[in-house]
Amino acid sequence: MLADKDRIFTNLYGYGDWRLEGARKRGAWDGTKALIERGHDAIIEEMKKSGLRGRGGAGFPTGLKWSFMPKEVKDRPHYLIVNADESEPGTCKDRDIMRHDPHLLVEGCLIAGFAMRANAGYIYVRGEFYNEAQNLMAAIREAYDAGLLGKNACGSGWDFDLYVHRGAGAYICGEETALLESLEGKKGMPRLKPPFPAGAGLYGCPSTVNNVESIAVAPTILRRGAPWFAGIGRPNNTGTKLFCISGHVNRPCNVEEEMGIPLRELIDRHCGGVRGGWDNLLAVIPGGASVPLLPKSICDTVLMDFDSLRDQKSGLGTAAVIVMDKSTDVVKAIARLSQFYKHESCGQCTPCREGTGWMWRVMERMVTGNARLDEIDALEDVTRQVEGHTICALGDAAAWPIQGLIRHFRPEMERRIRARTEKLAAE
Amino acid sequence: MSMVTADPKDVPQVAHFAFTPENLAKARALMANYPPGRQASAVIGVLDLAQRQQGWLPRVAMNEVARLLDMAPIRVYEIATFYTMFQLRPRGKYLLQVCTTTPCWLRGSDAIMKACEHAADGDTFSVQEVECLGGCVNAPVVQINDDFYEDLDETSLQKVLDAFRRGETPKPGPQVDRQTSAPEGGPTTLRSA
Repeated sequence: MLADKDRIFTNLYGYGDWRLEGARKRGAWDGTKALIERGHDAIIEEMKKSGLRGRGGAGFPTGLKWSFMPKEVKDRPHYLIVNADESEPGTCKDRDIMRHDPHLLVEGCLIAGFAMRANAGYIYVRGEFYNEAQNLMAAIREAYDAGLLGKNACGSGWDFDLYVHRGAGAYICGEETALLESLEGKKGMPRLKPPFPAGAGLYGCPSTVNNVESIAVAPTILRRGAPWFAGIGRPNNTGTKLFCISGHVNRPCNVEEEMGIPLRELIDRHCGGVRGGWDNLLAVIPGGASVPLLPKSICDTVLMDFDSLRDQKSGLGTAAVIVMDKSTDVVKAIARLSQFYKHESCGQCTPCREGTGWMWRVMERMVTGNARLDEIDALEDVTRQVEGHTICALGDAAAWPIQGLIRHFRPEMERRIRARTEKLAAE
Repeated sequence: MSMVTADPKDVPQVAHFAFTPENLAKARALMANYPPGRQASAVIGVLDLAQRQQGWLPRVAMNEVARLLDMAPIRVYEIATFYTMFQLRPRGKYLLQVCTTTPCWLRGSDAIMKACEHAADGDTFSVQEVECLGGCVNAPVVQINDDFYEDLDETSLQKVLDAFRRGETPKPGPQVDRQTSAPEGGPTTLRSA
């Protein structure tokens, strides 16, 4: 288990004071000026060495992403954008950072902004997180009043302004280019790439979009050094990670743990085990709604990191672990996710707009077995036609849960169809 | 993708909308968060102010937002219909936004939804089924106006609703003995802190 001394989010549950004074006691804003004085490129290099991979779902190396920003500011300003549109079903970790330790995020914004030569940053907070945004704005005000933000932030010679931008309810705005559109005052419809945001992002200016957790861990990584962070977890899957464990466990919770912790240990140690015991486990969605579920046989041994879960044809995603025990109607559980994606599709690309609705309607029939056996193959085929054929990854995200269900629970889907057919024949 | 119209036929006519001086100052402060000429970036925030003032968003309020931000009205209607938090018809004093996405569903959101639908009289309470609210380890969750009510069951939900009916504001957050997102019974980590 991760030792308490290696935890970054030491006020995760809000037992302590979230304001500046409390944050300072926990080590935030300690020597920020000296961190900045290391220089833009040294910070980026240290982040690369730490092995930090983006915590928003895709797992792209954070330091590398920062390095894509132009090396000098020309006619267009640079922007740091923080994605706090936390909406992936199962995920509720950024919420805790914003409400209980907002200064980690604010300090991270200054450092990341400086590293990528941005003088302004926007934090895009999902609209439903009203109270969380209030805490974050209060933390930003405190930072301005203490000279930590604004002109000559922390006495570093770097000017940095930070703003909170509230959304208004749209999952798609968690997609980085949809987020940029929304930030510009438009509907959240993803942009075609290229150009990537580092070339033309907010207002056509070089921009980098990072997840809250990725930014909030940066100051601690720099203070304690890349080797410390890289020494936790496994190669290519380093550091600590916030896990959100929901569903059929005895005590659902958020917890910061070592990357690569065995799934079973995570559940048993922090959540009091699966409801009814480990043998009562049916399946787990290990990384938020969009990753394929895993049956118990894989859950017995799988490690919770990017590469282990990819090897099982699933993913770490946002590390939102949704646990389902044997009482679960697993087809219904996935059908509800299909409904989610149908609701959240922005409607821009035909395969997604039409496909999400089609897949949901077929999934609803699969719940009751009101289908033909060959429709399982047709459903699988449609998921392949949606996947990879849309501007953004929402189409993929809608396809993967269904693919996972068919891969691991096809016999259950067939059983329902046969049972209904037999029942109708008998009547 | 949901089908929403900016101009439902069955809503009452509102002839006029103007921001209060206080809200106008807040709107201008929001607009100042963006570079010159980029005031349209504030559209979500300014629409939210209008909605808080009026209780919902009649067409005249959207028009006023468009005027203030120098946007074509259609661009504002697009925003108001795209984002689910904008209410295009009057609603009760308390809006019950019931999350029914899989993590909440696994923990019993069907019963919570049913109870909220039963309570919705359109006057004190309105109800809306919503997608994941981002409080999954405290499922099931109902957002009531700006606050999350978490770890609900039918009994605790009734207590919360009864308190609102009496004009009180019950304590938001977990409705079981639990500190925010920590495991019930106390944390498994950071116990020395």
